[in-house]
Amino acid sequence: MSKNEWPLWEVFIRSKQGLSHKHVGSLRAADAQMAVENARDVYTRRSEGISIWVIESKDVYASDPTEADALFEPADSKVYRHPTFYDVPDGISHM
Amino acid sequence: MNTLFEYTIRLADDSLILGHRMSEWCGHGPILEEDIALTNIALDLVGQATSFLAYAGETEGKKRDADALAFLRFDREYKNALLVEQPNGDFGMTMMRQFLFDAFRKPLFERLQHSSDKQLAAIAEKSLKETKYHLKHSSEWVIRLGDGTEESNGRIQDALNTLWRYTPDLFYADEVDQEMQQQGIAPDMAAVYADWNATVQHVFQEATIEIPSNNWKQTGGRKGLHSEHMGHILAELQYMQRAYPNMEW
Amino acid sequence: MKDFDTAELERKFQEKIDKDIKIEPKDWMPDDYRQTLIRQISQHAHSEIVGMLPEGNWITRAPNLRRKAVLLAKVQDEAGHGLYLYSATETLGADREQTIDDLHSGKAKYSSIFNYPTVSWADMGAIGWLVDGAAIMNQVPLCRCSYGPYARAMVRVCKEESFHQRQGFEIMMQLAGGTPEQKAMAQDALNRFWWPSLMMFGPNDAESKHTAQSVKWKIKRHTNDELRQQFVDVTVPQAEMIGLTIPDKDLKFNAETGKYSYGEIDWTEFWEVVKGNGPCNKERVDARRKAKENGEWVREAANAFAQKRALKKSA
Repeated sequence: MSKNEWPLWEVFIRSKQGLSHKHVGSLRAADAQMAVENARDVYTRRSEGISIWVIESKDVYASDPTEADALFEPADSKVYRHPTFYDVPDGISHM
Repeated sequence: MNTLFEYTIRLADDSLILGHRMSEWCGHGPILEEDIALTNIALDLVGQATSFLAYAGETEGKKRDADALAFLRFDREYKNALLVEQPNGDFGMTMMRQFLFDAFRKPLFERLQHSSDKQLAAIAEKSLKETKYHLKHSSEWVIRLGDGTEESNGRIQDALNTLWRYTPDLFYADEVDQEMQQQGIAPDMAAVYADWNATVQHVFQEATIEIPSNNWKQTGGRKGLHSEHMGHILAELQYMQRAYPNMEW
Repeated sequence: MKDFDTAELERKFQEKIDKDIKIEPKDWMPDDYRQTLIRQISQHAHSEIVGMLPEGNWITRAPNLRRKAVLLAKVQDEAGHGLYLYSATETLGADREQTIDDLHSGKAKYSSIFNYPTVSWADMGAIGWLVDGAAIMNQVPLCRCSYGPYARAMVRVCKEESFHQRQGFEIMMQLAGGTPEQKAMAQDALNRFWWPSLMMFGPNDAESKHTAQSVKWKIKRHTNDELRQQFVDVTVPQAEMIGLTIPDKDLKFNAETGKYSYGEIDWTEFWEVVKGNGPCNKERVDARRKAKENGEWVREAANAFAQKRALKKSA
């Protein structure tokens, strides 16, 4: 990599009002403003978005996939957090 | 002379010829992201040209459609400003040309969208949105390059020195403009110029570059008197229609 | 952290692949898998970017405003697709600039088809119809590739490319149904692009050194010959419908199998072009290298400016 390569940015797009921003990919830009404009040209050519977030890739702190078991499996056993865990007798509605 | 046709053709040809120049960048941009941005600008301009030309054809009433006007006129019948036909040069030259043009087009369309001619008003309103973005993009680049490195500052200053002489042609006003203005169709060029001047002064200050002291002016585009570059543009633009006349593509 | 041995990691990795669980960037993966993906995705990205040049050659000469806008939008999409794919390689730790430098030095390859010149307007039709048609056949299965970022990029690419082939076929159809000069132009383009399009699927299965492992890793879902056959079977009737002739005297429909058998591909030509001896190899790579070199001062200035502004802000 030469010293002139621009930093890498992650791009998040809100496709319409009422939905959250979703990760769509990355691009390179010298600064945040340019990253937003590049994202507009690269990722919304077909009206895919109405709002853009960018964040420099190096600033994303991610969970470690090797810790996935410890992080996420304990939740699997807590079935009582889901409505399907409970019996509702026939004849009861709106619940 | 059909003044509405003449006025509309000038608007159309600015978009057509600059669109042609910008499309030459496709595949050769300084970085992929910017390649895509340049092509977006080219696409907007080709779209504007198509709308203006179609309307010019209507007002002319000689059954010439947008394609006939785009591809089958002779060189003296193209009425774009000299600025837009200037070669791309380096990326700095292209961005400076774009900036000088966008800074002119934005105040023009802001007024033209209130034109008494409903069709021109509608095209201007749609084009204004595109132009605002172009101006944002080109002015940011002029500032970035001006206030970037010593080399980039030198290059963007050179671009300004080269292109400055073609800016008066943008504001050239003759009996066509006067008549259109009297009819409430065209805006007052003096007001457009004032806005343009404020924008360029501000951006050049941010960019730490200076307007050249040499005030030599080049005009003639609106009368169809072009630089030598124009013939080569037309040779490419018209090639298919001239080599294979009267065919559908 | 517990020290798994590599064999165990590899077994678990293959288990995930077999269960159609996607591999994501930070997951453990065999080094060969990573390298295979980097090679394949970057080749694909390079093909998109180099592929802009033969079509870009006709943008300023497009015969009418509609065709000009369509061609611009299409070539622009190719830049976008190249970018999505470079992004996917970056998730594997391959820096984009380094990847691009490998293209410029000749170390990395791209699709050979783009080393053929575009000499007439009809070539825009032939490229859209045949080259994009062949590309789509290759690409649709890649939407289900085992590597998440590649699969997601390909979903986007395939969605956007659906108009590319149509616009090409539309150009060909218009020409084939036009004047004698136009029809001759279309036939000439088909004659020149037919065989290189068949070569796009790569060497015969017997010669293809990467296929078996790639199929096992679900990077590839079909073999080269399967895809090539599929392409021939759908394209031949399209040519017939618009009255053009496929330039292959051995082409025959087999009513029993419902498939076409076709003539021998000139593999000598294929390998020569891959090696760099095609008509436009040098021009293509030179054009890309020049674009990068000419942009160096621009990228440098933008970085310098960003640093200056950041300093100003923090001061």
